[in-house]
Parts: sequence; structure tokens; C-alpha cells
Amino acid sequence: MLAVGLAHYLVVSAILFTLGILGIFLNRKNIIVILMSVELILLSVTLNLVAFSAQLGDLTGQVFAMLILTVAAAEAAIGLAIVVIYFRNRGTIEVEDVSTLKG
Amino acid sequence: MIAAAAFYLFAAVLIGSAAMVVTSRNPVHSVLFLILAFFNAAALFLLAGAEFLAMILVIVYVGAVAVLFLFVVMMLDVDFAQLRQGFQRYAPLGAVIGGILFLELVLVFGTWTFAEDAAGLRLNPIEPQVENTRALGRVLYTDHVWLFQLSGVILLVAMIGAIVLTLRGKPTSKRQDVAKQIARAGSVQLRQPPVGAGLGEIGIERPPVEAPPQPKQVEHHGHGGHH
Repeated sequence: MLAVGLAHYLVVSAILFTLGILGIFLNRKNIIVILMSVELILLSVTLNLVAFSAQLGDLTGQVFAMLILTVAAAEAAIGLAIVVIYFRNRGTIEVEDVSTLKG
Repeated sequence: MIAAAAFYLFAAVLIGSAAMVVTSRNPVHSVLFLILAFFNAAALFLLAGAEFLAMILVIVYVGAVAVLFLFVVMMLDVDFAQLRQGFQRYAPLGAVIGGILFLELVLVFGTWTFAEDAAGLRLNPIEPQVENTRALGRVLYTDHVWLFQLSGVILLVAMIGAIVLTLRGKPTSKRQDVAKQIARAGSVQLRQPPVGAGLGEIGIERPPVEAPPQPKQVEHHGHGGHH
């Protein structure tokens, strides 16, 4: 069981999620900070899963939280690799300049 | 009581550092605050009784992902001041959407109630006498082994993808270039050997061997060294 109520964890997680969304809007041009905001969002989801797991006394939530950690690590690696190769090719990482595929 | 106080402390630092991540002027500071946020989230996991996940969070996120971010931020020579243009312009829109999202989440969570038979529907009930890591291992390698394998495949694909994306062909690599190989000239001599002749008549043709370098001539001054 949790030391504090489940609602506390959920509110913290909701604030974290909102901050992540806000970060995507605030840093429209900086892809690296956008990736960090995505990490924050994934962290809030993980916090939700762990809180529900502890409240219900069910381990399945923690197993799925581990899957989310894996996916977040893979996403960070791929995303940063794309950033690096884009910077190498174009010399900038401004999100609004990334329009090559528009033709 | 003390656990509740610790929860509020860690939650406050977590939210504060998350706010600094998204509003910080310097991306390096953003990464450092991200590390702080991960540490505090790990502490919250600990308070919820998920010790293994807390340690994994510290090892994987702080040890790998955050350092990867830090590395990329420091490696790329980007004008970050220019990237911050439009920060104020998007702030109201982001605040409105974030506020709406937060209200929706609070509405959902505020009216949350568990089903009455929720305790009976648990897939893997936590047994209090088994520690967290052992219990996770017991379910992860048996019931959820396909999830475990899927994680491995995801990491493999991510690893190969990252390597393929960032690998640059080195100029010294000895890769075969077929077009260059076919188009070469001068290095192969074409001969028309007489029909029916064996090796005895033609002989084995070998490329001319360069004479080995002659040993350096050393001048001798007379015989013996001492006079």
C-alpha cells in the first residue's frame, strides 16, 4: 500500500504530464528539449503505472513500467541519432527548417 | 508520517525540476534538471515499494539516457539563443492546452474508484514476504516472458538503427567497390596463349618481382679497430 493516497501520486503524475506537454509547446524550435519533454511524459506514465500497482497490490503494472522504460530508452537513442545525423547534414536542428520531405 | 513528508518533498522537487527542464534557457541546464527529476522520480518509486524500478530508473535514465542527451547537447554546435525565439509567443497556447489537459486528468482521477472485485482480478498479486526484485523476476521470466523478449527486440532494433544512422563510411575502410574494380585498367595483362600448349611450353608467368633492397655498403677503414 502507498504511504500517501493514490490521488497524490496521480496528481503529481498529471502535473508532470502537463509540464511535458507544455515543454513541447514552449520549445517549438529546439528538438532536443522536445525529446526531453517526451521523456518527462513517459516518466509520468510510468509513475501512474507504479502508483496503481502499489495501490492494487498487483505486480503487472511494474512489469509494464519496465517495458515503458525500454521503449523510452530506445526512443531517446533513435531520436538523438536522427538529430545528430540531421545536424551533420544541414548544420541546424531547427524544427521549422525540417521540411525537406515536403518537397 | 515521515513517508508522507518524504513524498511531498520528492514530489515538490520533481515538479520543480521538471518545470526547469522545459523553461530553462540553456539546454545543458535542462539536461541536468532532467537528471534531478529522474532521481526524485526514483525516490517516489521507492516510496511506492517498487525498488527494482527505482534502481533501473537511476541506472538507465540517469546513467544512459540523460548522459546521452548531455553528450548530444554538448557535441552539437547550435545557437541555442536563436532556438528560443518564439518562446513567449507559444507560451499562452501551451498554457491553455496544458491547463485543459490537467483539468481533464484531475477530473478523471478525482472520480476514480476501483471495482469492488478488483482485488480478485489481480494477475500477479504482490506477496509481502517476497522482495520486489525477486517477485518481478518471477513474473517477468515466466508469465511475461514474451514482453521480456519484445523488450530485447526493441533494444536491438534501436541499437542497429542508431548505429546505421550515425555510421559514417571511413575513407580507410577496405570495402569492395565493384564499379571501380570492373573499370580498372592497366593492372591486368591480357594474353592469347597458344592453343594446346601446356605449362611446359608456356611456363608459369609471374609478375616481376622487385629486387630486394641491397644491404647498405659500410665503408671499412682498414683492418681492426684499434691501432
